[in-house]
Amino acid sequence: MSNSITIDGKPIPFSEGQTIMEAATAAGVYIPHLCHHPEYTPHGSCKLCNVKVNGRICSACTYPAMDGQDILNNTQELTDDRQKITQMLFVEGNHFCPSCEKTGNCQLQAVAYHLNMLDDHFPLFYPTRAVDASHEALMIDHNRCIFCTLCVRASQQKDHKDVFAISGRGLNKHLIVNAQSGLLKDTDISMNDQAAHICPTGAILIKHTAYQVPIGERLYDHKQIDQVSLASETLKHDK
Amino acid sequence: MTNKIRIATTSLGGCFGCHMSFLDIDERILALAELVEFDRSPLTDIEHCTNCDIGLIEGGVCNSENVHVLREFRKNCKILVAVGACAINGGLPAMRNFIPLEECLNEAYLYGIGVENAQIPNDPELPLLLDKVRPIHEVVKIDYFLPGCPPSADVFWKFLTDLLAGREPSLPYDLVHYD
Repeated sequence: MSNSITIDGKPIPFSEGQTIMEAATAAGVYIPHLCHHPEYTPHGSCKLCNVKVNGRICSACTYPAMDGQDILNNTQELTDDRQKITQMLFVEGNHFCPSCEKTGNCQLQAVAYHLNMLDDHFPLFYPTRAVDASHEALMIDHNRCIFCTLCVRASQQKDHKDVFAISGRGLNKHLIVNAQSGLLKDTDISMNDQAAHICPTGAILIKHTAYQVPIGERLYDHKQIDQVSLASETLKHDK
Repeated sequence: MTNKIRIATTSLGGCFGCHMSFLDIDERILALAELVEFDRSPLTDIEHCTNCDIGLIEGGVCNSENVHVLREFRKNCKILVAVGACAINGGLPAMRNFIPLEECLNEAYLYGIGVENAQIPNDPELPLLLDKVRPIHEVVKIDYFLPGCPPSADVFWKFLTDLLAGREPSLPYDLVHYD
């Protein structure tokens, strides 16, 4: 049979040029991810979409689907790896869900719920990071940035503005904005830009909208991210 | 001595909200009382714990006394449980971690709005503050974690009934919340 891969033993068709993530999503198979978004060039940085392809670990969002691949996705080993990766994302920033207005709508939190992550396991870094509330309609809380670069890609590829970039390496990595002052208010971002709405965590927020939906009635409070993600992304991959 | 399971509870750097939520099991506490008895706990006023089966710890580690209490619990409890956001990641008290301790004390006791008789409390009986609030798993080994701010009464109920029935405790999706 040509142009077919198997994921956890289930045969899945793919078309030439599709990544494993695209083929899986089209077939209704959820692979956890944070930095991937169907409308933007894959980045392969969060590593949550690690799958085992013929025995080797690969990022499903960047790895091309090829005929005959035997892929493992939903295994205890990969779930454990993904949980550790998510815990590292939590301890590396400052993710205090009870005081974050994104709680319940946050993909980082939702992935952690999905993986049944009950603790942080690692020692917490408590890094000192700033909040940029200079812009009248938007704000950046650097405490919650996971460096997925979705805002960087959205600003370049959809808004054609180049407002965001990642600067520094390793522990010094941080999100910067394109302005002499380093402040969001001096960039040409606007509230209607894709980049303003793409953040999977509570790092980039629209002001004055925080508690329009009460906690407990939010997107992931009763629905798991696999359902939400498949429902919204299947269409976008198909385009 | 009875054969009841012995539970101790405490609140370190917490707000007692987790304890209040535990009490929200309401009349189910009668069924629980058939199976367990409470040792050291704000509910009993017993001051030190001795040979307990389960220790429930609310709150993070903010000061030297918290460290001593936590070690006493670890020494005396077979199973130690981190209850709530503060025990798990420091929670709201840990938001002072980004401000030097001296600045925190100055703001609270010397220069803050409405402060009278400005002085930083220094009675020798007061436990010294740690420079940073830490989650409890950084100080002692923790066996189970109940996330939430607070964990709902159903989380306590599910966890304890699993444990008392000899099952490995597990929380379904609906009971896992960090907020």
